[in-house]
Amino acid sequence: MSETNIAGFPILSLVTFLPLVGVAILATLRGDEAAVAQNARWTALWTSLLTFMISLVLWGRFDPSVSGFQFQESRDWMPEYGVGYRMGVDGISVLFVLLSTALTPVCILASWDAIRTRVREYMIVFLILETMMVGMFCATDFLLFYVFFEAVLIPMYVIIGVWGGPRRVYASLKFFLYTLTGSVLMLLALLAMWQRAGTTDISVLLHTPFPYNMQYWLFLAFMASFAVKVPMWPVHTWLPDAHVEAPTAGSVILAGVLLKMGAYGFIRFSVAMLPDASAHFQPLMFALGVVAVIYTSYVALAQEDMKKLVAYSSVAHMGVVMIGIFTFNQQGLDGALFQMLSHGIVSAALFLCVGVVYDRIHSREIARYGGLSDRMPAYALVFMVFTMASIGLPGTSGFVGEFLVIVGAFKVNFWLALLGALGMILGAAYMLYLYRRVMFGRITKDDLKSILDLSPREIAVFAPLVLLTLWMGVYPSSFTSFFDATTGAFVQGHDQAMLGSAGQGLRPLTPLGTSPQTPLIRLGTNKIGVWGLVPSGVLGAKPLAFLPASTGTNLP
Amino acid sequence: MNWTAALPEIFLSCAGMVILLLGVVQKKDSTTLCTMGVLAAFAMAAMLVLQVQPTAAYHGLFVTDAMATFAKLLILAGAALTAVLSLDFNAKAGTARFEFPVLILFSTVGMMTMASAANLMTLYMGLELMSLAIYVLAAFARDDLRSSEAGLKYFVLGALASGLLLYGISLTYGFSGSMDFGRLAQAITDPDGVSTGLMVGMAFILAGLAFKISAVPFHMWTPDVYEGAPTPVTAFISTAPKVAPFVALLRVMVGPFGHVTVQWQPIIVLVAIASMLLGSFAAIMQSNIKRLMAYSSIGHMGYALVGLAAGTEAGVRGVLIYLLTYVAMSAGAFACIIAMRRDGRAVERIADLAGLAKTDLPLASLLAIFMFSMAGIPPFAGFFGKLYVFLAAVQVGTPIMWTLAILGVLTSVVGCFYYLRVVKVMFFDAAEPAFDARPAGVSFVAVASGAFTVLFVLALGAFTGAAGSAAKALFG
Repeated sequence: MSETNIAGFPILSLVTFLPLVGVAILATLRGDEAAVAQNARWTALWTSLLTFMISLVLWGRFDPSVSGFQFQESRDWMPEYGVGYRMGVDGISVLFVLLSTALTPVCILASWDAIRTRVREYMIVFLILETMMVGMFCATDFLLFYVFFEAVLIPMYVIIGVWGGPRRVYASLKFFLYTLTGSVLMLLALLAMWQRAGTTDISVLLHTPFPYNMQYWLFLAFMASFAVKVPMWPVHTWLPDAHVEAPTAGSVILAGVLLKMGAYGFIRFSVAMLPDASAHFQPLMFALGVVAVIYTSYVALAQEDMKKLVAYSSVAHMGVVMIGIFTFNQQGLDGALFQMLSHGIVSAALFLCVGVVYDRIHSREIARYGGLSDRMPAYALVFMVFTMASIGLPGTSGFVGEFLVIVGAFKVNFWLALLGALGMILGAAYMLYLYRRVMFGRITKDDLKSILDLSPREIAVFAPLVLLTLWMGVYPSSFTSFFDATTGAFVQGHDQAMLGSAGQGLRPLTPLGTSPQTPLIRLGTNKIGVWGLVPSGVLGAKPLAFLPASTGTNLP
Repeated sequence: MNWTAALPEIFLSCAGMVILLLGVVQKKDSTTLCTMGVLAAFAMAAMLVLQVQPTAAYHGLFVTDAMATFAKLLILAGAALTAVLSLDFNAKAGTARFEFPVLILFSTVGMMTMASAANLMTLYMGLELMSLAIYVLAAFARDDLRSSEAGLKYFVLGALASGLLLYGISLTYGFSGSMDFGRLAQAITDPDGVSTGLMVGMAFILAGLAFKISAVPFHMWTPDVYEGAPTPVTAFISTAPKVAPFVALLRVMVGPFGHVTVQWQPIIVLVAIASMLLGSFAAIMQSNIKRLMAYSSIGHMGYALVGLAAGTEAGVRGVLIYLLTYVAMSAGAFACIIAMRRDGRAVERIADLAGLAKTDLPLASLLAIFMFSMAGIPPFAGFFGKLYVFLAAVQVGTPIMWTLAILGVLTSVVGCFYYLRVVKVMFFDAAEPAFDARPAGVSFVAVASGAFTVLFVLALGAFTGAAGSAAKALFG
């Protein structure tokens, strides 16, 4: 592993841990409550802005033509057990680091007036959350990744539980326990991989072949964790609750970054390290993705609560992402990544939009509104942009991602593409229906007659998001260029792994009627069985005995 | 004969006598003075422990190896932390008597002897010295009905457990002809040819030690004693006196019975599973935080037993790291519980913590850190304890160990529920009146344990190395 860090200084550690410096400053603030609150807001804003500006170095100095990890750092942690503090970003993760650092100041601005109690603690928790998110995307050591991945739960639990709505206790607990249950199973998978490879270095694990029946169980364990995080149908039920109860900024981070952690995990670990099992489970993942797209879109259509509607639309959009990831071709993967970024901005912005009216009227019920476009033209315009982006109108960021995913899906199977594309139509239905009910019509409620349009602070929050949405829609290649080389190499590596394992007779897909190079599925025919859940003969024998004490015990 | 091997214990015993004399001749209240003396003796003993060379002394009755050093330092640290905690509590509870620190000291001598035991008789002597002192400590608030009951209960059940242990020792001696760990190991080599009497003896020894670490099904005393005993005593019981019997258990299982792992592994697996399940499910309904901690410690012992069940060097290393993190978390959590005092009266319902984040954010944050750590959420110390025992289980890789690992992680999620409930009460609920100002000693223990719990992640390599060499010493 070559130590390449073209920045010349440990930039990733700096970006990761700089927010903690802000936390230290916040912890020392003294004075009367109002002054502390105001100082806390400014300290947190400047800390997050500074972090964002430093992270822009990544944007400038990242070399998109290289597919490996860049800006690498490495420190000893437990050298004799192959565990280290390893940081690095590649084309897949670099933009998520930027997304996290960009959304944090937006969230702090959005909480400026909305959070009035325990402001200092709120800002402390938010900055800790930023550290954990950024660290998770930067970690190139599995154990380090896991530490950050799990640690995210604590600040998010506190944000929902302390500053949330009336059912915050239920929602925060559900969020925590759902996610934890999945994660602990991933921990076992981590231990099994660690035991086999003798290290937790991700760049080594990526090139460690795991035997097929081991992959099968590892994949299921990873899926338990990442599917909850994405969230995939049917384990998505924590998401609407968490979103509805979380304060606006909490929803923004949840939708913008936390959901991406699951999809990121699928790309980084499931697909990249377990190619055979990923191919084996491809039909299942497609099925779950399609169900998520169609079912949750219908559910969204029936919602009376604005936040819940946006939350369900998130599940649908992440379903599209999952379909894209498991196409295993460049279009699908590029589309999935682009859709993740786009969704990170658009859904975050939609939650902010809900927050704007919630701050004024203190209700998220759709029926409570109507005719807002008369009183709030600027708000109506902003909401329109993000509604269109959510639907996937050409010219907005949402279009590029969905389009690429559908192209990728089309290369796999016509029906898959068709069903996936249904999401766009249904998306148009529920988003436009929402827009009509909130914005158009006549103002009948008294308090709406005096409602104020966007304040300068709110415009400052939305302006960068609108610009980004349009930029990503009009000129997507300034973003896709970051991950093109990486996904290209990724797909190539995956195909080779498939060919290799086909040569060794480990290929399990024959029962499903697919060929090694281009995994095809036949949706709608009975050949698919129970969506690949039944292991092939290789697995049937001794499912738990894939780790005999004698094999590859590199650990002392 | 190399009598200096036991120098720390000899020094501590002598220091104990001197402090006892001092307490007797002193006319006015000498509790603070005696506690300071005990703390100084602990510090001195810790230095002596570090000086002692690895050797076997007293005709093989007593060994000093890396394992003993690791365990003794941990025991001394745990005992010292609880001695600090007791200072203010006893003064306020009207039980400030100089015997308290002296009893802690003698109990510690017993535990250190256990950690060095290389003979079943040494083990028994150490265990009894430890236990007798704790029986008295549990009933220390002798005017308090609950405390007297706790002391009596602990004594009666503890005597039963000692009886079981002694019976097991005698059976083992009768069927193998020795009580020396080394000679037992030579005698018991054939996993299939172990005589029934020896097996029964081993099971009785296991039961006696399992009682001391409060593993299911020998846990019955734990909730009542934890609740009834004065809180510093509960803190004491849940830290060092868990470490010593556990280390003795490791020594016995890996030493004399090391060749017949297949015989005792199923027992340990069952005990571990039962402890994890009971520890996580039974705690859910508790409303008293000391009872909650009792079930929590039952669960923790279950997780630590996972490492022993693996029966490997990595497993023993995992157990030691688990005990290390457990002592820190437990001492810290009990420091926070001792800080729960309203209008001069100690309160111990979980509901009394309501809204603590509003009235005392530092205390609430510390207790939250201990709770998250006990739940096994990274980056806190408790996570790494679990990581290492489960790693050991996964490395063995047999179906039974996988079952243990999977059940273990799932029960940790259940356990997480009640830890989170404490956090929820402190952070999400409406505020109760503030607690009284904390004494400096309690704050010190809470902050020191909190710093250890949070910063453990940075020093992981060093602690893993120390635990690793201790485990290596055991496997020779």
